[in-house]
Amino acid sequence: MSHALLMFLGFIAITLGITWWAARKSSGSSAFFAAGRSLKAWQNGIAVAGDYMSAASFLGIAGIIAFQGYDGFMYSVGWLVAYLTVLLLVAEPLRNAGKYTMADVLAYRLSPRPVRALGAVSTITVSTFYMIAQMVGAGALVSLLLKDTGVSYQTAVIGIGVLMIVYVVFGGMLATTWVQIVKAILLMAGTVLLSILVLGHFGFSLGAFFDAVGEVTYTNAQGVRVTQDFMTPGLRYTPPYGALDLVSLGMALIFGTAGLPHILVRFYTVPDARTARNSVVWAMFIIGGFYILTTFLGFGAATIVGRDFIAANGGTNMSAPLLARALAGDLFFAFISAIAFATILAVVAGLTISASTSFAHDFWTNVLHHGRERREGEEVRVARITAFFVGAISILIAIVLGPTANVAFLVALAFAVAASANLPVIVLSLFWRRFNTAGAVCGLATGLASSLVLIALSPSILKADAIFPLENPGIVSIPLGFLGAVLGTLLKREPEAERKFTELSVRANTGLGAERAASH
Amino acid sequence: MQNGTKPPRAVAADEDRSAIDWERLAATAEFKSLLAAKARFIVPATVFFIVYYFSLPLLVGYAPALMARKVFGVINVAYLFALSQFFMAWIVAWLYVRAAARFDRSARAVIDKGTR
Repeated sequence: MSHALLMFLGFIAITLGITWWAARKSSGSSAFFAAGRSLKAWQNGIAVAGDYMSAASFLGIAGIIAFQGYDGFMYSVGWLVAYLTVLLLVAEPLRNAGKYTMADVLAYRLSPRPVRALGAVSTITVSTFYMIAQMVGAGALVSLLLKDTGVSYQTAVIGIGVLMIVYVVFGGMLATTWVQIVKAILLMAGTVLLSILVLGHFGFSLGAFFDAVGEVTYTNAQGVRVTQDFMTPGLRYTPPYGALDLVSLGMALIFGTAGLPHILVRFYTVPDARTARNSVVWAMFIIGGFYILTTFLGFGAATIVGRDFIAANGGTNMSAPLLARALAGDLFFAFISAIAFATILAVVAGLTISASTSFAHDFWTNVLHHGRERREGEEVRVARITAFFVGAISILIAIVLGPTANVAFLVALAFAVAASANLPVIVLSLFWRRFNTAGAVCGLATGLASSLVLIALSPSILKADAIFPLENPGIVSIPLGFLGAVLGTLLKREPEAERKFTELSVRANTGLGAERAASH
Repeated sequence: MQNGTKPPRAVAADEDRSAIDWERLAATAEFKSLLAAKARFIVPATVFFIVYYFSLPLLVGYAPALMARKVFGVINVAYLFALSQFFMAWIVAWLYVRAAARFDRSARAVIDKGTR
């Protein structure tokens, strides 16, 4: 299996080259946190797609479709349509009114310290959930791929952690962005190739392919061989709560994306709102194309490899790599696995930079030190140190957890937290004049607490003893987040916040006074 | 070092806050019509995509027999509806970009008025 290792080392060499180049090129806060705001729409669009198509998309969705058919495709649909929320409601006002983080927009008209403190907590919580999912994916991949090369799970996780720290600490946002771009192109290429091979397996006949999907044979939980039409909905989401869970998942996906800190910070890397808008559209075409192709990855794995074989050889997350091996042998298996590694590495770097930016900019500078850097460059230094800690902590968590649940499902929980805590306060602060600090604090706290508590009480954690019957808490916690924000607001009036709404509205809608690209 | 001549600065984006009369700008007819034009597109578009999207999990969850109906071969209503969501998202995005080009022009008119 040394091919995979070699290809992965090739990717590392390229990305370290990018990091070296970025480290020489960039200096100053705007360069470190926002790539100098000088990216083009297509560059940021591909980077958004790269940040978004994580291990969950590539390994996770393919796995759910391979095991439970059509229901897995619901993830693909939700994750694309979610970008309409980003495009229509959030991307442009955020670019116009903010600077480095999600909390910038909230702090604009609200009392900055409590809002930023909670905003940072929420950002770091969402990023950590997301990170756990990526690391679990990495673990599953490593234990399958390198089991006979002597590289242990721990070694590989530490390796990924160290690399992501290097990208972020030395290269900042510019290096992270280019790592995303390289990875997104590789991932698309791998997915297209894999889809062509799947179709080739069926003599390039869509009819033959779908006919096979219509009768997938596998061994069910009772140990009986059954044949099932995998196009039929409802194999994963079964009564009594399946339908409700499906809607809950949909809510988390549709409203979560616009609250994901590592996606939101990407809109600060472009010169203006128009470029931010165009980069969302670029991302939507790339992401949409990719998610349509999950049809071939998932159903291909179900029909060509088979559920029983995947279950015995690494579990759901390994469906796509095993499909590659079944279709084109060990070399292609190595190539697809290396892409999956690259995917994980790049997403983890994106998460790390958004978490450390939020800690340095929101918490350190603005909460602890009243919005002033005591020394030039302090904020960047703090972010670098934070990146180191975030990396170290996630290495530890990943080693403790080991490979277990499906990664798409884990990431959906991160989306639920983002949708419940972040989205309500972002939307209300942009569009509701009466909204105030108490509302933001209540909204963030209620959304965060309710989604976390419901996840803890759900079947995902408590299995059969679950107190809350749904896997995904979105359908309850998102309305609670909004309710908390509205009720908190109605507690008292805040004339200053209402007065500043006028200024925010003019800025958000015209781009007047927005942060500009670094001059060269 | 690009910014060598600038003094160290506060972290909030407040350089030109004092120079612009936001209240007056917000009261101009140009700004009001920009907001109205945006709302005329964004509100119906948002309502539409949310309704269209949630019809999918709702129908899949509560009308499984309808969704499992085969259209051609094994391809059923559920899969076609899911596929249509991709095109719906792309079309709404494309329409928005077209409309937003108009918003950009109106926004420039507001800015010209404010900084004159």
